[in-house]
Amino acid sequence: MRRCVIVNNPPIQGQGPEQPILSVKDLAVEFDTYGGTVQAVRGVSFDVHAGQTLAIVGESGCGKSVTVQSIMGLIPMPPGRITSGSAIYRDTDILGRKTINGQDIRGDQIGMIFQDPMTSLNPTMNIGSQIAETLTVHRGHSKKQAFARAIELLEMSKIPEPEKRAKQYPFEFSGGMLQRAMIAMTIACEPAILIADEPTTALDVTIQAQILDLMVDLQQQNGMSIILITHDLGVVARMADHVLVMYAGQIVEQGSVDDIFYRSGHPYTLGLRAAMPTNAKEGNSALTPIDGSPPDLFQPPQGCGYCPRCPHAMQICQDQLPTLHELASPTDDANTLGHAARCWLHHEANTQTVEAIHRVHSVPNG
Amino acid sequence: MADLVRVNNLVKYFDIGPGEKVHAVDDVSLSIGEREIVGLVGESGSGKSTFGKTLLGLHVKTSGQVLYKGEALPNKYKPNDFRMYAPHMQMIFQDPYSSLNPRMTIGEIVGEGLKLHSNLSQVVIRERVIDWLQQVGLQADHISRYPHAFSGGQLQRIGIARALILEPEFVVCDEPISALDVSVQAQVVNLLDDLKNRLGLTLLFIAHDLSMVRYVSDRMAVMYLGSLVEVGAADDVFFDPKHPYTKVLIGSNPEPDPISERKRKSTTIQGEIPSPVNIPDGCRFANRCPEVMDICRHKTPILISLTNLANEQKPRQVACHLFT
Ligand SMILES: Nc1ncnc2c1ncn2[C@@H]1O[C@H](COP(=O)(O)OP(=O)(O)O)[C@@H](O)[C@H]1O
Ligand SMILES: Nc1ncnc2c1ncn2[C@@H]1O[C@H](COP(=O)(O)OP(=O)(O)O)[C@@H](O)[C@H]1O
Ligand code: SF4
Ligand SMILES: [Mg+2]
Ligand SMILES: [Mg+2]
Repeated sequence: MRRCVIVNNPPIQGQGPEQPILSVKDLAVEFDTYGGTVQAVRGVSFDVHAGQTLAIVGESGCGKSVTVQSIMGLIPMPPGRITSGSAIYRDTDILGRKTINGQDIRGDQIGMIFQDPMTSLNPTMNIGSQIAETLTVHRGHSKKQAFARAIELLEMSKIPEPEKRAKQYPFEFSGGMLQRAMIAMTIACEPAILIADEPTTALDVTIQAQILDLMVDLQQQNGMSIILITHDLGVVARMADHVLVMYAGQIVEQGSVDDIFYRSGHPYTLGLRAAMPTNAKEGNSALTPIDGSPPDLFQPPQGCGYCPRCPHAMQICQDQLPTLHELASPTDDANTLGHAARCWLHHEANTQTVEAIHRVHSVPNG
Repeated sequence: MADLVRVNNLVKYFDIGPGEKVHAVDDVSLSIGEREIVGLVGESGSGKSTFGKTLLGLHVKTSGQVLYKGEALPNKYKPNDFRMYAPHMQMIFQDPYSSLNPRMTIGEIVGEGLKLHSNLSQVVIRERVIDWLQQVGLQADHISRYPHAFSGGQLQRIGIARALILEPEFVVCDEPISALDVSVQAQVVNLLDDLKNRLGLTLLFIAHDLSMVRYVSDRMAVMYLGSLVEVGAADDVFFDPKHPYTKVLIGSNPEPDPISERKRKSTTIQGEIPSPVNIPDGCRFANRCPEVMDICRHKTPILISLTNLANEQKPRQVACHLFT
């Protein structure tokens, strides 16, 4: 791997031939809390491309949910506050906006599912009517028409006996079935983007596989983009085209899924990979934990947020926030455009080579 | 390797109404060798926690027997029995937030077992607590703090110190890392591994992360709807599963490797684990099994040893008619 072109102004992800369907720039979100102001998201920029899956990965509290909640207009204000940024969806900035051309953005153009489906389901209404309601509100279907469509959507979401299930209530559904019902409801209006915030975290691995397969099937059928939040690198490897690695409210690395797994550029990404088993047949290399914990976002550090835990930290890392450094790809593959890491190791003047950091972490890199 | 724990035909039913029972654990036999780590995997509701708790006497057995160093443990524990066995056998729980009393200091939490089960003086207990806090990577001055001041990973290490201060020989770890971030899981796993080597611990490691169980365990046991379906050396089961359910389980486990994920053939099965109240006749997996045969629907397969796996160091057991 070669380093590096320095770019002071993000974003640089995915400069493919096509226009992104959603382009988030310099998003910053704060919350006023008892203990002070939490700077939950600190200048996040990324693009979502049509028909592709963007995964956002990182440990709990790093700002994944707040990032997508901002896009969905779900940040409670107060205590929350979007202090900067834009989210351009089809030429319109949708941050803090509810409609485009009189149509709701949320639930219509962009749909969202959550870890706990019950946060968005009504326990007192049968599943079919809840899906139908989306269609009567957003699409002006008649009740009867909408209920019939709800049954089709349940069938598309691979719910057995959809006619019977449509008349049942949420409590009669298992966790996996509820998540399917949520997906059915979310795809009712054929959104351009499906945001899924840890959709399978609470589910068993066999049910997780069913739900992930379903999301891929639906994406292939209707070409929607998916933003998938997860903390599971296995799920990222299975699902993602592009990946954002977040840490302490910022994107620390971004790139194609292969960039992230085979050409990791940020010590935190390498740290995550070295902390989990590889499933390699020949022997079990020891796991390397990441000692310490993420910084306090009441008073974010002036330098790199990962500095206290980073085995490669240098003086500058403590003093100055690293810029995003674009990493040249090993091939001309257009798919690898936009690989970048927010880390001083990639500065031209640095004498440590990136190959050396990979050796320290003892994880295989391509 | 001598057996430290031997479980024979353990059954635990919960009565939930007139004539209705949850078959949480149904006729499970498993032996655990001295200094061995046995991983127990399976979907939620398959009976893993109930097995661990019943084994330790935290639930009254419905039937069956648990032998500890060849000696049968009481069927129903009296308070005195806990006093006798607690120092030998301990449990670490999944949720570090709710399993530690928020009103007790870390010193009181970690020292409680010694206070109950030893005649040691306050001063000696305090010394031991400090020693254990340091062994699990915490500091002496944490002793007077309360749980809310700690992160999830630190709380889990406090839970480990609490269980291990009595120097037990056998510990049931019930999903000890499931609630933790990846970066912290490795800390806890390495700590357990280190303590196992230093203290000669024997562990039953319950988890649903198959990669982690394979990494941690010597042997792996797979549970489905209250029964064991497969037991064998962890690598053998992970790389060459025999039971159709184990195949599905391992095939569903996403690997942190995009190239192998792209090559993966979908092995998903439809349907979900049935209710443990109305247990179907025959094989419990029959209604979801991709390889189901007629016999599976009326005859219950029992766990048998496979003898034709020449290059496996540890016996492989499978409960499936494909192998009978
Ligand atoms: N409604 C809220 N009020 C106060 N703080 C919040 C709120 N929502 C999120 N936060 C804080 O913002 C930070 C990022 O949270 P979140 O985006 O939920 O993390 P993740 O999804 O990556 O686990 C956390 O420190 C969290 O405590
Ligand atoms: N105290 C109890 N009373 C009634 N049913 C129980 C009790 N504890 C567990 N169960 C039931 O026993 C079955 C096995 O549960 P559990 O051992 O917790 O499974 P696992 O740990 O594999 O998720 C489940 O159906 C559960 O609902
Ligand atoms: S900027 Fe410095 S401290 Fe931060 S990840 Fe890179 S080397 Fe480590
Ligand atoms: Mg979240
Ligand atoms: Mg359990």
